[in-house]
Parts: sequence; structure tokens; C-alpha cells
Amino acid sequence: MKLKARHIPILATMLVFILLYAAASFYFPYFFTLRVFVNLFIDNAFLGVVAVGMTFAVLSGGIDLSVGSVVACTGIVMSKLITQYGFNSLAVIAFVLLLGTAFGSVMGFFIACYDLPPFIVTLAGMFFARGASQIISLESIPLKSPLLNRVADFGIPLSDRVDFPFIAIVLVAAVAVGTFIAQCTKFGRNVYAIGGSEQSALMMGLPVRRTKIGIYALSGFFATLGGVIYTLYTFSGYSLSGIGLELDAIASVVIGGTLLSGGVGYLPGTLLGVLIQGVIQTFISFDGTLNSWWTKIIIGALLFVFILLQTWISKARAFRKS
Amino acid sequence: MDYLLEALGIGISFPGVRALGRVDFRLRRGEIHALMGQNGAGKSTLLKILSGVYRPYEGRVLLRGQETRASSPTEAQRAGISTVHQELNLIPTLSVAENLFLGIQPLRAMRQIDWKKIHKEAEKVLSRLNLKIDVSEQLNSYSVAVQQLVAIARALLFSADVLILDEPTSSLDKEEVSNLFSVMRGLKADGLGIVFVTHFLDQMYEISDRATVLRNGELVGEFEVAKLSRIDLITAMVGEEVSARRAEEKFERRRVAASEPTPLLEVREATRFGAVAPFDLSFNRGEVLGFAGLLGSGRSEAARLIFGVDGLDRGEVRMDGHVIKLSSPHDAIAAGMGFCPEDRKTEGIIGALSVRENIILALQANRGIFNRLSRAEQENIAERFISSLSIKTPNGEQAVRNLSGGNQQKVIIARWLASNLRLLILDEPTRGIDVAAKTEIQKLILTLADEGLAVLFISSELDEVTRCCQRVAVWRDRRKIGELSGDDARVENIMETIARGREESGGENI
Amino acid sequence: MKKFALNIIRSPYFWSLVFLAALFAFNLAFTERFGVVEVKDGRLYGNIIDILRRSVPTMLLGTGMTLVIATGGIDLSVGAIIAVAGAIAALLARGNFHFMIIVLPPLLAAAVAGCWNGFLVAKAGIQPFVATLILMVSGRGVAQLLCGGQIIKFSHPAFEYLSAGYVFGLPFGLYLSAGVLLSVWLLTRRTALGLFIESVGINPVASRHVGISASRIKLLVYVFSGICAGMAGLVLTTEIRGADANNVGLNLELDAVLATVLGGTSMTGGKFYLAGSVVGALIIQTLTTTILARGVARPATLVVKAFVVILISLIQSPSFRAQVLRMGKAGEARA
Repeated sequence: MKLKARHIPILATMLVFILLYAAASFYFPYFFTLRVFVNLFIDNAFLGVVAVGMTFAVLSGGIDLSVGSVVACTGIVMSKLITQYGFNSLAVIAFVLLLGTAFGSVMGFFIACYDLPPFIVTLAGMFFARGASQIISLESIPLKSPLLNRVADFGIPLSDRVDFPFIAIVLVAAVAVGTFIAQCTKFGRNVYAIGGSEQSALMMGLPVRRTKIGIYALSGFFATLGGVIYTLYTFSGYSLSGIGLELDAIASVVIGGTLLSGGVGYLPGTLLGVLIQGVIQTFISFDGTLNSWWTKIIIGALLFVFILLQTWISKARAFRKS
Repeated sequence: MDYLLEALGIGISFPGVRALGRVDFRLRRGEIHALMGQNGAGKSTLLKILSGVYRPYEGRVLLRGQETRASSPTEAQRAGISTVHQELNLIPTLSVAENLFLGIQPLRAMRQIDWKKIHKEAEKVLSRLNLKIDVSEQLNSYSVAVQQLVAIARALLFSADVLILDEPTSSLDKEEVSNLFSVMRGLKADGLGIVFVTHFLDQMYEISDRATVLRNGELVGEFEVAKLSRIDLITAMVGEEVSARRAEEKFERRRVAASEPTPLLEVREATRFGAVAPFDLSFNRGEVLGFAGLLGSGRSEAARLIFGVDGLDRGEVRMDGHVIKLSSPHDAIAAGMGFCPEDRKTEGIIGALSVRENIILALQANRGIFNRLSRAEQENIAERFISSLSIKTPNGEQAVRNLSGGNQQKVIIARWLASNLRLLILDEPTRGIDVAAKTEIQKLILTLADEGLAVLFISSELDEVTRCCQRVAVWRDRRKIGELSGDDARVENIMETIARGREESGGENI
Repeated sequence: MKKFALNIIRSPYFWSLVFLAALFAFNLAFTERFGVVEVKDGRLYGNIIDILRRSVPTMLLGTGMTLVIATGGIDLSVGAIIAVAGAIAALLARGNFHFMIIVLPPLLAAAVAGCWNGFLVAKAGIQPFVATLILMVSGRGVAQLLCGGQIIKFSHPAFEYLSAGYVFGLPFGLYLSAGVLLSVWLLTRRTALGLFIESVGINPVASRHVGISASRIKLLVYVFSGICAGMAGLVLTTEIRGADANNVGLNLELDAVLATVLGGTSMTGGKFYLAGSVVGALIIQTLTTTILARGVARPATLVVKAFVVILISLIQSPSFRAQVLRMGKAGEARA
């Protein structure tokens, strides 16, 4: 396949990931082991799943600020229903996924039907979900479910000592499903079209409203799924978890090569964006002398570089055409 | 005779305006039918009715003999009428193939899009238009001409019988135009009916079989292009009564423009590639110079160059004999120019601001941020111009977007008169406003010139140009092709100049 | 007077004002001691004073945010700038320097941060949302770096005056935000700056045609928004007498945007309403205080806030108004 301008951002992301990983392995040979690599997927599984939904919102030229609170709310509701009320674990998971999707659709309805800015509507959604989870419980609730214990312990053995555990499988599956929806369904292509030019999408007869509602429903679904994963990761629900998660998710999306103005990007890029953040974090925890704030500073710098790269590509294209 | 598309007795009114009245339009199978007329003649209104944008309307539209009532562009497209607008309704960030098939993608199992088929079909439909390109490449990496063909190909996918092309050539170069024309001929041979809107007369003559001319929302007539002389066409578009009678009664000028050793404004070899061929111009105080020419002739582009909106690629502009820097309108304003752009709404008024604020804005911008006009001064200035230009508004605090077109225009003129003005550029100042307001604005322009102002007056209405100007520069095909002054500046002469063109260049696109 | 009343009714933040008034009326009627203002040691105390004092940071941020949003932009980085300014101030306050030496460097840093945002937006042509996201993400990291990951405590009476001081019985912060608001009002309404900001926000093309330099205006508003954030950072830092880089001003950028939008300034830019943003900031704080005073758990604030945001946005949305109007007409037709 020929190299195309639109592939440059995702190739750059891949290059950054490889270089970072190589540099980290150079400093800490242990970095270059299967276990550390698999841990990247485990530790960032919830962020990755949330970022899949966020990618759809960003691709359409919108944003979803509610995801962090939705993660917290999911954990609280799940733990409460399972641990305190003793409901069936799987039924509860199905229920919260449905609830989260419905929540996203309501936000999508306000955005699509009344032309309210996504920023404001999902901000309200963020307040609502955070408030709701705090009303349900201010304390952390442990998750007690033998069934889910077994689910979380399940893993595909990769070597004698390393498994690819359930939550990492969910992450990979979420990215795969997301990629399929984005690349191979009419809905997915309509998302790209709306992000590219909403006016044209309307004139081409595409169902803009329906698609927009679908986008936020999908983002709600993935945020909830991320919440389920997070709960399986920590085995508790806490109303203050996931604060600022929306920011990490947006950063992953942008570093993954998706244009924040919409219309351009690939879902696997988002996964790479998540993994890059993971590498930086793991490196810093390996080092011990570096502090966690360097993560934020480096991610900010990476954001800057990627945004400049994107601006530069679109300018170069405009120049070449004239 | 069976017609493919018949629009009979079409009429439509908007609040306060009769936009179209009892217009007939007939399109045959396998013909290219030009729709001609000046700005505001009703062409785009008719197109919007045909393509299902405007409803309800008077009259009937018959497609293949059956009455059709499409209520949206999508429905019209499904029925077989596809429109390719000037602003192409495509998604620039998606691939060519995808743009063709958005919304109508062929599916495989699991409602999965069949990309292979899309790419194959895309190549097939584009090859019908003689276009061999990489269809997986992003649309905006191709030229406007290619994008245009992609839009046409998309229309063909909807099994269009009627293809409406709204000014498809306005941003194409000569080769691209001839390529488009060969595509159009091919489609015509396949039995499509093509409605072609253009402002380039040569192109109309080159490609069209028949032409329908509209003027002021009414039908002037339907013509066989082969039997239609240029002068007759222009007369049909511009209006006969104008050329015969009214053009002769020039406004009396109290003062003749002084001829001075150094002209106020001098333009030398000003060029912008792809927009304006090199031209010279010189200008004196108290003079009203007209720019005549049809739409797309380069007259507006030239004005934008002089005002610094678009950058000069070559050449220079002098004010009082000194070369001025023209990197933005700010420079032109500092030199004493003012500009009323053609598109009032998007380039002229600041819609949500009040009449008062719109009037004082240029003066204030020139004074800078800190040297603010007091509220009393602002109101004074606004009141003065509201009364002297008789701007119809309840008061100066009304948001300017609520005013009628003519009054908005006066607000923009007032904006420049309020600042330190020496040269006023007016691009179609009377477009879309009623007759009384028109005369008012014309008289205003002359009064201003009598007071020593230099005015550059651009208009599609030739009688207006000849009435107001002693000297007229004639434009065609992005070139200045001549200057007429004094008694020579008559409507017939201008029309003749436009029709004849520049012999040596043959009216080509640059 | 009549004209003034008419102006208020027509202003786009009218419904927000009605809501705020209703909130106050509700409290006066049902919340015990809400309207009571006591005098202790020559200082005024009470719920109303408390609301005013606590809304100072949001008001400061809202002032800058209003101007940014009026140009069609947004500044997400203000929360992070608060953290940076707070960290610098706390470090200096430990050193027992003069008040000015503590206050000026953080403000300068905030201005530089704003300048960076403005440069990215106005000169590099990057979307405001993206451009300010960079500092939003990394700013807090820089603040933590400065603090070494600790909460830097200090004791510096002159500096603490910013939040602890009282003048004529009222908290000093009120004078500060009133002073900033007044000077911004003077700067935008007594010079042509406000007109130019609105003009650029409404129609950038036409603004260029009258000779207004959009990039200069944009640069200016982002710098200004940065300085406002710096001031808010100083106030918040003195409140807890320490710099907590992780938590100070968390989510305040959202409150600032909210206050602006509730105040009638549209997110697409154009006409701006400083008084409206004050009303917005007061609504946010009054809601919180009301709910706490009613003995309802704090979390409910967030839920109520969510409903208020949607409600007021809907009332201000043209397409929602049109729908209500249509439904009203249909109802009439049936009757």
C-alpha cells in the first residue's frame, strides 16, 4: 500500500510508541519482557475502553466530558447491587451497560435535537453522574462476587508464567469492535462524514440527528464498559474514581492521531495513544527518582507535537493544492 | 414533443418579495440547457425549486410527464434530479470512493460495508467521466475540477436523468473547463438532460443547445443558442428598455472631476494568479469610475486586490504617487479607502451589532482601541447618517441584521463616510434592493463625488453604470478589456465591447 | 429607569437572573437565618456574604473566560494556571518576601501561559479547544514539579490578606473581584476593545474588512484570561494557606465556562455580558450553599447543577424556543 498523507499521524504515533518502548528497554532491560508489555494492557484497560467511545465523539467533531463520572457511577452501582443487594453479577453488568447507553442517548438527544453545544451537555452529564454516584455512596464499596472473581482470573496463557487476562481481552475486543463500527458500518462512516462537514452530510441526505444520538449512546456504552473493567480491576466501587479520566481519554485520542476538529482518525491509533501514556507511567514508576508529574508534562509536550504535526499536514496540503 | 422535465407557471414569494413569477422551463432528453440571467434574476430560486429545497411554490413540475413534488434535495435526487452546487456538498476529509457511496454503500454479510465493491464501482463510474485517479485517496488532495467530477459522478450513481450544474466552471482553468465539457457531451449522448448555469458567455455558446433567460424573476424567453446573437442575449439579460431609453439620461454632475498631475490612485500591472490578469488603472478626486462586466468577469476580484483583501502577486498600487503597502484591508483603510463588498451578509455587516456600532466601526478601528468615540459622539454620527442617508430603522440601537437589504447597504456606506474617506469602492451596492432605494443610492454616490470623493462603482446593471460614471472600465473573463469615457460610455458600447471581447485573447480563462 | 428595566428583561441572561432571584426568594422563605447578616468585630458574617466570598474565584475566571468565549474561543487551561500561580506564590511566601514580590511573579507566569495559548490560537491557527488543552494537561504537572509533589504550607499575613482580610466589614476578595470586573468593564466598554471583541466573534471576515486585526484581539483576550486565572490562583492559595497542585482549582475551568454560558454569552462567540457571567457565577455558588444549608447531602448539588445547566441552556436555545412556540400555537389552534 502506498503511503498517504492521512496515514502520517498514526505512523508517527506508532513510531513514538516504538521509540519510547525501546528507550525504556534500554534503561531497564526488564521493560523488554512479556509481563511488562501485558501489564500495559491490564493497567490501562479501562482508559482504553473509555477512549474508544471518546474517539467516536471526537471524530464527529464533538466531545464527551461525562466519561470519568460515568466510570465512577458504574462502579458504585455495580458494587452496591451485587455486594449489598446480592443481585446476579451478569444481570447487573447487563443492566449498567443498558443504563449507561441510555444516559448517553439522552445527552445525544439534547445535542442533536436542540443544537446545544456537546461541551455543555456532557458537562451537565458529568455533574449528574458524579452527583448520582456520591448520593448512592460516599464510601468505597467492595465488590464481592465469586463469579466475577473467576471471570477476572480467567486469562489466555501466553507463556508459562504470563497470562493475557480477561480485562485486557475486553480492551482488545473493544478496540476491535470499535474499529469495525468505525470502518465497516454505515453508522461509522456517517460519523466521519459529520465530522468532516456537517453541512455537506445533511445535503447528502445522511441521517445526521440519528447518528449524533448514536454517537453519544455509543460513548456512554463504552464509558460504562470501561467502568465495569475498572471495577473488575480494583474490585470496588468508589464515587471519586475516574476524576480527570476524560482528559486522559481526550489526550489518548489526540496522540492517537485523531483530529480534534473531527473527520480524521483511526481507532487503533487511540489504543496506541493509551499505550504511550502507559509506557511513560511505567517508566516513571520503574525509575523511582522521577516523579509522577513528569507524566503530565511529557503528555502535554506530546500533545503539542502531535497538534503541530496535524496543523502542519493540513497546511502543507492546502499549499500543495494552490 | 416529450420533455424530460417541465416546470410550468412556477412562482414563489418570500416575505415582501416576489422572487419568481410564472416562469416556464422545459428540458429535453439529451440536451444541455443554459439558464441565464443577472444576479437576482431568479436563477438560483428556480434551481432550488427544481431540486426540492423550496416548498411550497405555485405551478407544476413534471418529470418524465409525471408530476413530482420532492420536498427535500434527497427526495429530488431519488426521483432523478441531481444538483451539483457551486460549493460542492462533499466531505473533503474522506476518500473519493467513499464520497461517491456515502449513504448508499453496498453491504456484505453482517451489514458490513463492501469496500472492495465500492472501490471497483467508484473506478467504473469515474471512468465513465474519463477520470482515472486513485479513488482511495482523500478528496481534498485533488483539485476543485476533480472534486467537481466526483460530485457529478455521485449524481450519476443516483441514476440521475436530470443533472443541474450550478456554475461548475467558476473556479476551473481552461483545460479543466474543456475536460468538463467533454464529460458533459458524453452524458448528453447518454440521454441525460443537463441544466447549465454560467456567467461565462463563451462557455454558454460552446456547450449549450438551448437557453432560457430570466430577468427580475420573470421569464424573458427560451432561445435556440445557434440562432441567438450575443448582443441579443445580453439585451435579454440586461433589459431592452434600459439600453434604449434610460441610459441616455445621465445624471447631471455639478462638478467635473479635476484632472490633476498626480492621480489619487494609480494601479500598475496589478495581478493575482488565477483571479485577475494584469491591469492598470488611474483615478482622480471627484471621479466616479465604473467597472462593467458580467459576473465572474474579474471586476470584483480587481476591487478586492485594490483594497488589500487578497494579496497582489505582482504589480503595485500608488496613492498620491506613493506606493502603498497592501498586506491587509487595514493598510488600504489607513490610506483612505473604503470597501462595500458584494456579499453584504457574510463580508459586510456585523449582523448582531447595532446600526450605530456598525456605522462607527471603521472609524473606530482606524482610531484604535483607546481613542474611543464617546457614546454621545457615536450617537451623533449614527443619527447624522441615519437621517442624511435616510436609513429606515426604528433607532440606532436596532441590530443591523433586522434591516432590509437596501438599508444594510446604506449602513455600510455610512460606515465608510464616517471615517476619513478618499476613495470608496462599491461592489454591487444596489443588488437585491428595491427601485426607489436604488435611485437614492445612485444619487448619493454622485453627491459624494461632487464633494471630492473618488468612487469606484461596480455593477452588473449597465444602465446604472452609465448613468453614474463618466468613465467605465469594461471587464471580461478576468481581464480588463477596455475603457470607455464621456459620450462613448453608453450601454450599447459596453455591451458591444463585452460581446466582442478582446480579439487577440478570444476570451480565455487564465 | 423604565429603560433600564426594559434592558434587563430583554437581556439574554434574564432567565438566569430570574432563576437566581427565585433561588434567593426560596432561601429567604425556607432556609433558616439565610438573610441574616451579623456583625462581629466589625466584620459582616452570614450566608449571603459567604456566597459572595466563595464565588470570587469563579467570578475572576468568568471575567476572562467571557472575553475569550466572545471571540469564539475557549480557555480550558485556567484550572492548570491556577495551580501554577499558586505554586509559585506559595514558594515565594515561604521566603518572607515583600507582598509585591510574592504576587507579581505568579501573575507574570500566568500572563506568559495566556500568551502561549493566545499565540497558538491567533498565530498558529490551532483550534482554541485543542490549543488550551495542552496547558490543561501539562500545567498541573509543572505546578507539582515546582512543589516537589508536596503541599507547600506557608504563613505570610500580608499575603493571606487576599482572602482573610476585611475592608469596611467585607472580605477583601470581594473588592478584588469587583475591582477586576470594574476595570474590565472600563477596558472593554470605555475603550473600543469590547466592540472589537464582539465584532471579531460575530463576523471575522467583515471585521477584517473594516481593519480590525483579529489575531491581536485574540492574543489579548487569552493573555487576559491567563492573568485572571493567576489572580484566582492567588486567592485560592491564600484560602488554604498552601499550594495543593493536585486539587486547587480542579474543574474550575468548567465552572467558568458554565458561568459565562449561563450569563447569556453564546459559545459560538459574539455579544458578551460581564454582568451575566457574574449572575452565572452567583447561581453556581448559591445552588451549592442552598443545598448544603437545606441539610441535603453535598453530592445532590451536582445533580441539581446538571438539571439547571440543561434547563437554562434549553431556554436559551433557539430551536427549543421555536419548538415550544410551535407547540403553543398548535395548542391554540386546537382550543
